[in-house]
Amino acid sequence: MSEKRGRFGIHGGQYIPETLMNAVTELEEAYNRYKDDPEFNAELKDLLNNYAGRPSLLYYAEKMTKDLGGAKIYLKREDLNHTGAHKINNVLGQALLAKKMGKTRLIAETGAGQHGVATATAAALFGMECVVFMGEEDTKRQALNVYRMKLLGSDVVPVKSGTATLKDAVNEAMKEWTRRISDTHYCLGSCMGPHPFPTIVRDFQSVISKEIKEQCLAKEGKLPDVVMACVGGGSNAIGAFYNFINEPSVQLIGCEAAGRGIDTFETAATVAVGKLGIFHGMKSYFCQDEFGQIAPVYSISAGLDYPGVGPEHANLHDIGRAQYVAITDDEAVNAFEYLSRTEGVIPAIESAHAVAYAMKLAPTMDKDKIIVVNLSGRGDKDVAAIARYRGEDIYE
Amino acid sequence: MSNIKKAFENGKAFIPFITCGYPNIATSEEVIKTVARNGADLIELGIPFSDPTAEGPVISHANLVALKNGITTDKVFNMVKNIRREIDTPFVFMTYANVVFSYGSEKFISTCRDLGIDGLILPDIPYEERDEFLDICHKYGLDLIPFVAPTSKNRIATIAKASEGFIYIISSLGVTGEREKITTDISDIVKVIRENTDVPCAVGFGISNPEQAHEMAALSDGAIVGSALIRKIDEGGEKMLENVAEFVKEMKQAL
Repeated sequence: MSEKRGRFGIHGGQYIPETLMNAVTELEEAYNRYKDDPEFNAELKDLLNNYAGRPSLLYYAEKMTKDLGGAKIYLKREDLNHTGAHKINNVLGQALLAKKMGKTRLIAETGAGQHGVATATAAALFGMECVVFMGEEDTKRQALNVYRMKLLGSDVVPVKSGTATLKDAVNEAMKEWTRRISDTHYCLGSCMGPHPFPTIVRDFQSVISKEIKEQCLAKEGKLPDVVMACVGGGSNAIGAFYNFINEPSVQLIGCEAAGRGIDTFETAATVAVGKLGIFHGMKSYFCQDEFGQIAPVYSISAGLDYPGVGPEHANLHDIGRAQYVAITDDEAVNAFEYLSRTEGVIPAIESAHAVAYAMKLAPTMDKDKIIVVNLSGRGDKDVAAIARYRGEDIYE
Repeated sequence: MSNIKKAFENGKAFIPFITCGYPNIATSEEVIKTVARNGADLIELGIPFSDPTAEGPVISHANLVALKNGITTDKVFNMVKNIRREIDTPFVFMTYANVVFSYGSEKFISTCRDLGIDGLILPDIPYEERDEFLDICHKYGLDLIPFVAPTSKNRIATIAKASEGFIYIISSLGVTGEREKITTDISDIVKVIRENTDVPCAVGFGISNPEQAHEMAALSDGAIVGSALIRKIDEGGEKMLENVAEFVKEMKQAL
């Protein structure tokens, strides 16, 4: 796979203002210097194991497997990480890198608040200043996470522009970075944006597939047949896929948010309805109108409510190495409730999109086949929203 | 070589930026004509984008209002066609890469040539990504205007050597919008540019009054003004066009 100037096939690149070019070049140079540095990697491993709680469990969902009556289902429990999602893997890596670069301040965008909380957590741990940009709409959907970030010592800036969701939070974080580069690292939360971010985020998340591989071999003596994960920008999915890309027997499936359906305007299923474009520093697929205006997307999940997809996913789609399916709000909410009831595991509504597809796919597969669902985060943050979806008037 | 060169032959160049379709198509058409007739040497016509990441609050707002009021790329082209019947001031389009790319870069740029547009300014296309637009621009005789920023440092010489049309010097870190004071050492940047090219350079971002315009143009070949002009439009009233005309005259004289 070509990584020249951060290209994944035709996707990726560095479509950013001149003001930021030296900053991303500096980041790329620093990353290249530290990524194979034994001391850096030992420090990161210590943080992942002794602070974030890795390795995360590969849990055999026996009741779910028996209930669905098909393939064996394993859950990769990223929800058990410190801060409750996969986001911490990337954040600890980037924060450590920022520290090595002499940066004293982290900024980040957040949708559901998971990445914001993870960044605020790392900033607290490293004694760094932290500002998180969050769409105003999302600050309402995820009010508890806003307070959590403040508790951790971060400032949270509600973004009112545009659709007041994740894409607008990215816009504002990028603007803030152009205002203040010298002491600030933009801790981007997904495998998107300009090079080198898609590569850095993927590398820091690839620990997920490294562990899945080892754990599955240890438990089953073979690789899984299917690995699936939800996709917004796509960081938990690329982390779960990466070490299987060169294992052709392993089918890779990304689950996008269809919102109210891909035949409606209220969707965030980029691969299903988007077209090739240039936005947020990268060439990739984006939901947009005929004149290239970025579409106001919708999903019940704040973390998947994004009009684009990371460039490596766009390429995996182009070359047919991964399939991308769209899961509606209804299907995701059903899966959210199903997993809670069946396994006693409350998944993040984002991760419930992957669970929903496993529920469709498992019964069609033989019992000797193995599906690994990347359970990217835990669902505590979503309980009130799901209650409201079901017509119960509960607020956090 | 495009008409942009001419814009720099009449002393220091005054380059206003106008968001097409703001607040609506009819008004922006009149504003563009007024600006052209009162001393603009080159006009930057902004094609609105839903997510203008290089813009401050004033121009961002103008983009969103224009889109809400129905502007599209095709409607901008039509408006420029009408304006071109009366106005021959050099024009460049300022927009984001996706507006050009999604239209079909070749279709967009060939239409630019037909409309007498002399160049493109794409703030999200740095030197490293310019080739996919540059080749088509050259095919149709347009210049692709490069940026130099306060953070460009070791990049200035490379950008300057490969430049055409004019070089857009970003005065300050951050996004567009008025600033009380510009603290970047513009003369240092211009010195490196001059050592590497004869292409003229103009300063933008944060210029809001004649004094600042004078100061910036004295250090370079021209001044670019956007947000401050939009404020004149926002002040509105029956005399809006007269106020715009007065503002442009003052700015040009100050240079």
